[in-house]
Amino acid sequence: MNTQRTLEHLIYGLFLLLGLVAVGCVLLITAYLVFSGLPAIREIGLVDFLFGDTWASTASEPRFGILPFILTSIWGTAGAIALGVPVGFFTAVWLAKMASPRVRSIMESAVSLLAGIPSVVYGLVGMLVLVPGIRTFFDVPDGASLLAAILVLAVMILPSIIKVSMTALQAVPQEYEDASLALGATPIETYFRVSVPAAKSGIAASVVLGVGRAIGEAMAVMMVSGNVANMPSLFESVRFLTSAVVSEMSYSSGLQREALFSIALVLFFFILLITASLNFFLKRGKEA
Amino acid sequence: MLSQKLSPRRRGYAAFMRILMAMAALSTAALVAFLLAYVLGKGIPHLSWELLSTKPSYLTERIGILPDILNTLYIVAAALGITLPLGVGAAVYLTEYAENKRLVSAIELAAETLSGIPSIIYGLVGMLFFCQFMSMKTSLLAGALTLVIMNLPTMMRTTQESLKTVPQSYREGAFGLGAGKWRVIRTVVLPGCVDGILTGCILSVGRIIGESAALLFTAGFAHSLNGFLEGLNSAGATLTVALYVYAKEQGEFDVAFAIAAILMLLALAIDLATALVGRYFKHRRNT
Repeated sequence: MNTQRTLEHLIYGLFLLLGLVAVGCVLLITAYLVFSGLPAIREIGLVDFLFGDTWASTASEPRFGILPFILTSIWGTAGAIALGVPVGFFTAVWLAKMASPRVRSIMESAVSLLAGIPSVVYGLVGMLVLVPGIRTFFDVPDGASLLAAILVLAVMILPSIIKVSMTALQAVPQEYEDASLALGATPIETYFRVSVPAAKSGIAASVVLGVGRAIGEAMAVMMVSGNVANMPSLFESVRFLTSAVVSEMSYSSGLQREALFSIALVLFFFILLITASLNFFLKRGKEA
Repeated sequence: MLSQKLSPRRRGYAAFMRILMAMAALSTAALVAFLLAYVLGKGIPHLSWELLSTKPSYLTERIGILPDILNTLYIVAAALGITLPLGVGAAVYLTEYAENKRLVSAIELAAETLSGIPSIIYGLVGMLFFCQFMSMKTSLLAGALTLVIMNLPTMMRTTQESLKTVPQSYREGAFGLGAGKWRVIRTVVLPGCVDGILTGCILSVGRIIGESAALLFTAGFAHSLNGFLEGLNSAGATLTVALYVYAKEQGEFDVAFAIAAILMLLALAIDLATALVGRYFKHRRNT
């Protein structure tokens, strides 16, 4: 009997340990990013680092201002949201409320395929379709630009938006819709004036999730955005927070390398804000 | 029917919304169809047995992706082998053992935070911690361990969802017959949530195959042909990393598209497998 109890205690301890692994990982990541990211910020100066408009890490007198990267990431994400959210939202309403079960299941697997395509494949297609397309269509010298990145990101966030919005829309109680229909509203009015408002926390969460995916995407953006540290402009070659880290990491050293870790710290800070607001929307959805 | 009595404004609204929805859904469908057709169409003609079965050689200027395929397999095996016990164990703790509400919400918050962190940050921390601090150098093992952390939340969540569907009465029945907690978990609870664990595994495999940013600085770019154990200790490119290098740095678009086609077919297979697992277990549960 006693060995039985020790065994149970041991196993309890083991599972507790496994449960704590996730917490340990978060602490580890935070600690490493803070400790490796702070030295460069301290040396460069927080204001010069965040608001400096020139990044010239390999110049004889190096300048480490990441404002171009921050603004590019913000504009790129905003553009992707502006294009991706309407398409994703209307697709989700249609799939959740109007599509026949057969069409819905086909579209659902199409959407999860979209989510499963690796980001380098998006980058490759972007490189060979979007970049030359933008060059000839808008008659600009180089198609590798912020616009190309926005288009790729808009496609990449579509699946998260469609899936999460759809789940929220399908969870709206049937009674709400029945009541609205009984009062004389048409089906379309019911979907957009009753179901959508009832699912608004979930839809908001899907947008926030899209923001998180867009701001954190590295490889696809790296392949289509031209990768020059310019201030963001639709047809200019630009560099995102993520691609700034990827493009210089392999050959960096000294302060330059430390500055790349600081960029990752800034990105991590953005992501924490996004996760916090995601939690806020999801919790509100649960309470409502 | 009723629509004839509607005011023009309401009819217009309905028509407008219908058009918007149709346009959105059509463009989503067209996009998927285009991506599939384009990538497979440009990639499959360049898939040859020579490409699949050899390693690159500078002497004969031949490109082969066998090392990259093997590296991908090694990383999937190593990362999944570690993620599986960690994720399932954490989920069992959360649903079966945990009584402290605060601790539970801390663990869940940690998992949510992990699933939001972009892969490039995993790559950096993996490089600092596994490659430098644990002195594993740039190796497949370091890459696999980085991916373990990345996939932990997925595995935890799918297992947890499925643990919640095991009826409480099963557990109580087993307890009533005098089984200890561990025995109940081993013989009643875990067999009841195989579908969730399986789904978690498939999803993780998909993410591991598709991952590139986290592997660039942890697993490296090498294309050498190794056995499993030897491979884990040396640097190597997976298919995605190889695609990136061939497309971005060497301009070998034919090879890049061939790899892209393989990745696309794998993504399709994973999609199908998830659906089949879901359907099979739903069927089994209902009978």
